[in-house]
Amino acid sequence: MLATILLIDDEHGFVDTMSKRLSKRSLTVHTAYNGQEGLEALAENSGIDAVVLDVKMPGINGIDVLKIIKTEYPLVEVIMLTGHATVESAIDGMKNGAFDYMLKPCEMEELLSKIKDAYLKKQSQESKIYEARARHIELRRGD
Amino acid sequence: MSNHYYHGLAKSMMFTIILVSFTPLLIIALLAGYQYSVAYKGKVVAHLRELVLKHDQNVDSYLKEKIAEIQVLADVEGIANLKSEVRLEALHNSLLRHHRGDFVDLGLVNSKGIQVAYVGPFNLRGANYAEAEWFKNVQERQVYVSDVFLGLRGVPHFIIAVLIESKGEKWVLRTTLDFIMFNKLVEDIRIGETGLAFIINRNGEFQTTPRKDIIKEVPFLKELAAGKNEFSGFVQRRGSISMETNPATGQETIFVISPIKNGNWLMIYQQDVSDAFSDLNQARNIAAVVLLLGGIAIIAMAYLMSKRMARKVELSDLEKDMMNEQVIEAGKLASVGELAAGIAHEINNPVAIMVEEAGWIQDLLEEGLYVDDNEREVSRALNQIRSQGTRCKDITHKLLSFAHKIDPTIIRVCLNDLIHEMAELCEQRAKYANVNIETSLADNLPEVAASPSELQQVLLNLINNAIDSMDPGGGELDIATRFENGVVSVSISDTGCGIAKSNLSRIFDPFFTTKPVGKGTGLGLSIIYGIVSKMKGEITVKSALEKGTVFTLKLPLAGLELEQDEKSANSGCVL
Repeated sequence: MLATILLIDDEHGFVDTMSKRLSKRSLTVHTAYNGQEGLEALAENSGIDAVVLDVKMPGINGIDVLKIIKTEYPLVEVIMLTGHATVESAIDGMKNGAFDYMLKPCEMEELLSKIKDAYLKKQSQESKIYEARARHIELRRGD
Repeated sequence: MSNHYYHGLAKSMMFTIILVSFTPLLIIALLAGYQYSVAYKGKVVAHLRELVLKHDQNVDSYLKEKIAEIQVLADVEGIANLKSEVRLEALHNSLLRHHRGDFVDLGLVNSKGIQVAYVGPFNLRGANYAEAEWFKNVQERQVYVSDVFLGLRGVPHFIIAVLIESKGEKWVLRTTLDFIMFNKLVEDIRIGETGLAFIINRNGEFQTTPRKDIIKEVPFLKELAAGKNEFSGFVQRRGSISMETNPATGQETIFVISPIKNGNWLMIYQQDVSDAFSDLNQARNIAAVVLLLGGIAIIAMAYLMSKRMARKVELSDLEKDMMNEQVIEAGKLASVGELAAGIAHEINNPVAIMVEEAGWIQDLLEEGLYVDDNEREVSRALNQIRSQGTRCKDITHKLLSFAHKIDPTIIRVCLNDLIHEMAELCEQRAKYANVNIETSLADNLPEVAASPSELQQVLLNLINNAIDSMDPGGGELDIATRFENGVVSVSISDTGCGIAKSNLSRIFDPFFTTKPVGKGTGLGLSIIYGIVSKMKGEITVKSALEKGTVFTLKLPLAGLELEQDEKSANSGCVL
């Protein structure tokens, strides 16, 4: 899996360590310490497959960042990460198009599995788009 | 509240009950007693007057009847018949038969005062009455009834004399009336122990024998009979009533006076007032005893009831205090609940870091500790774990320092330190609500007298409310302390949604809330109000919709009394 992910969390220590661990597992990891930085990172790095996003952050909160991502980068899958084990925030995230959610602290294997699923989903979506585009071009050539 | 308060309450209730019970009772007793007394006295006096009027009439009738009998004899019988003692005896016997011995004797006296004919128990034929008072009087008045006198026979008696003119010569037919029979007419009037009647002439001499010795009253009676002093008006009218102090006895006495025998005699009835109204006095005594017993019963009941009621009030106050403490405790738990979201996040984050660092160490150890820079990295990760553990400890300590049981004891409190602590506790929650907490605390702020745990509760509730009012848009929360004019005040101002003017007067009411159902109990501000009032402080609020709200607390300074208390308890500023 050569997925590229973006970690957004206001806890520097968490982001830094998680980034190192994911990098060790052959993932390309970008990091951001708040919602605004995250959106900027997304804008700068077009190859991001999935975003691991903290729900509760000062400034723009996770749910608002999610909404922006799903509007501007609909193919990018978002895994919500929350210290709040509340069903409401998770449901809120899922309603707004999150791929999945995880509670902090999280198991690395579980996170990797979810990242993998998200990556595969994005790949599949992209393939479908490519195929649709290719079909569209062939049809035009047929004209 | 102190025992002194409940003693005062019991006393005040007792006096109120006594006043409310006694006032109508006494008013009714006095009014009814007065009315009854007036009516009763009037009745008694009227009865006595009636009695005297009846008897004075009897006496007058008696005398008129006897005079008429003698006048008839004088008119019908000629002098010749009357001179005859045989005839005179027959007439006397006839009178005795019809008048039960009232006529003691009968005699005919010539113009020189010599009794020429006589029938009766004494030997008075030839008696000379030329100098007798009655003989002189009858010459002028035709008919004369004498006063009681001893006369020739030496026993009390009185006579009726009628003047007869025959052939140019004047004769007097006279009879002696039985004094004992006459006396009985008056003697029988007796009421109570001191009531007695008698007849006196205008010289104050007794014409009947009083049933008891009242010889000491003679000077007084002489004055009365002469119509002197205050009695002048009484001796003219029949049945006159006077209530005077009898100088002879010193007792207040009722006198009923009636002139008889054309005003020559006075019939007097006298009775001590205390005796005449003895029934009234007895009724008064009974009423007084009943009133006294009733009064004692009322006082006893009032005492017991007020004691019991004060005790109940004390118990209910105790229950209320306990309930208040429970409500404050519950409010505190609610505040903790509100904080829980922030706290959970705050604890979860370092825990998550620790878990990640542990996982990272594991990753590095799998590679080998001494490969590349792994040893230094493990060391860093371990330091991070320690540092995050300390962070967790600080969070739990802060929470525990707030969540311990409420202690209402008032001690000296450093308000600035308490505000710092509460601001830190709420910092995380404020951060995620995009609220910036600013504190502007006065230097050298004097200590205040408060319960630290209750004051924590107050500050936390106000800070939580302020954050709520700015969620989710965020804003500025300023906490400022001041010391002005000897008063320590703290103001908590926010730039939140504000409170509608119509709600401002109700925000301290229990269960009043504008939060959605399930989000607020409506008890927070009412608990704050209760706590601040209990601390003898003051809380005020100013608010403008969409601009913000300012809550200002004014707290009492820690006074000398508290200092002394604390010295004895060996404690200083506690936080």
